[in-house]
Amino acid sequence: MVEVTGASDQPLLVAEGLTKSYGRLAACRDVSFVLYPGEVLAIVGESGSGKSTLLQMLSAQLAPSGGRVSYRMRDGVLRDLAELGEAERRFLFRTDWGYVHQDPAQGLRMAVSAGANVGERLMAVGWNNYGRIRQTASSWLERVEIDVARIDDAPRTYSGGMRQRLQIARNLVTEPRLVFMDEPTGGLDVSVQARLLDLMRSLVNELGLAAIVVTHDLAVARLLSHRVMVMKEGRVIETGLTDQVLDDPREPYTQLLVSSILPA
Amino acid sequence: MTVMLNVENARKTFTMHLQGGILLPVVQGVSFQVTAGECVVLSGPSGAGKSSILKMIFGNYRCDGGRISVRHQGEMIDVAGAEPRLVLNARRQTIGYVSQFLRAVPRVAALDVVAEPLLMAGVARDEARARAGALLGRLNIPERLWSLPPSTFSGGEQQRVNIARGFISELPILLLDEPTASLDAANRAVVVDLIAAKKQAGVAMIAIVHDDDIRAQIADRTVDVTTFAAAA
Repeated sequence: MVEVTGASDQPLLVAEGLTKSYGRLAACRDVSFVLYPGEVLAIVGESGSGKSTLLQMLSAQLAPSGGRVSYRMRDGVLRDLAELGEAERRFLFRTDWGYVHQDPAQGLRMAVSAGANVGERLMAVGWNNYGRIRQTASSWLERVEIDVARIDDAPRTYSGGMRQRLQIARNLVTEPRLVFMDEPTGGLDVSVQARLLDLMRSLVNELGLAAIVVTHDLAVARLLSHRVMVMKEGRVIETGLTDQVLDDPREPYTQLLVSSILPA
Repeated sequence: MTVMLNVENARKTFTMHLQGGILLPVVQGVSFQVTAGECVVLSGPSGAGKSSILKMIFGNYRCDGGRISVRHQGEMIDVAGAEPRLVLNARRQTIGYVSQFLRAVPRVAALDVVAEPLLMAGVARDEARARAGALLGRLNIPERLWSLPPSTFSGGEQQRVNIARGFISELPILLLDEPTASLDAANRAVVVDLIAAKKQAGVAMIAIVHDDDIRAQIADRTVDVTTFAAAA
């Protein structure tokens, strides 16, 4: 038996023994995994399971109490996030990573135009030709199904679903290799969720993005992710192929989660 | 003959934690081989574990023991113990699964649902859509429906979209779970032809079919699943 190698054999992100404690409370305990380019990982679990804490550590917004996260920079070198310089961190946040918040108001500037929201990320990486920025912003609005006629309107005039799509455009315009998503369909109506999920699914496929999606919604995990990690009380209790974990859950808690889904 | 699939002593038991941890034995000692160009039909009554065996081969259900060796890119890999990435890779390049039911993605047009496996295999979009249309036409899905999402279709139409999606690829192993279940005679005949063409192309198939007439037409060999009955 030979281990057959896939297209990309170098991991993009490696988490080793990630732990976060607040005093005696351990929010996240000893989480390790490897993410490859183009791979979508869902982290599922109920509120308080530690999944959001984990996402913050993975995206360098929270320092772990123990363990480390390494990321393969564009030069091919795997680097410990804790040891990056300020310029390298900025590069990750502004260009190579995206972060889609549950609440679009956290990821957008609500009072400036939609076009500026998208264009801002381009200007941050040195674009300075107004015409090109506007053209790129328009084409991204189209890709996320926002009427280009609304380009000069501020997102505070947008519906919840439009805001979330705008947040996605703002994140993807710099062609990141990795996108973090925190309950991306969280506050939306069910009909709006389906459209957004479908859009995210096709964008992730087309762009070959790697993504780490935190969700308590197993339908989101099923539609978007290749692999899933189930968290409970700060620990990863089950992990595997998404359809395998959802169709043949092994742990009692995972069986409970899966059995709690209301039939459509 | 090239062995494409070799199942050795595969075993599956469900543990129902929410029902007091009762054990539900499904199958044990599952052993059979399938060679290129051969269609093996799994036989046995409902509940004997036929679909579970297909799901274990596809990596959808975990194995509790044994090996499921699949010829993937010229090497035998053990699906039962493989990393998720390798299983996904095998699904892209080696093993296709045609289930009874379409898990429809909202808003995606039937034509694109069918073309997707070709796109994933690197076929150009125009060619993939042209081939998808040809296959949908052959399965008697009228062209006016191609641009609509199949979630709005009748059960039989959905199943034909699913069949088209399963048969469009050039994967060397196909798992067929009642591919003709809710089809009329004309469409059943089309599926029988599609299976014959796959055999010609050297594809190894493992099928579940309840219709005796269809089974007689497609089966090169039958494996009786009741011999794998797990002791309760």
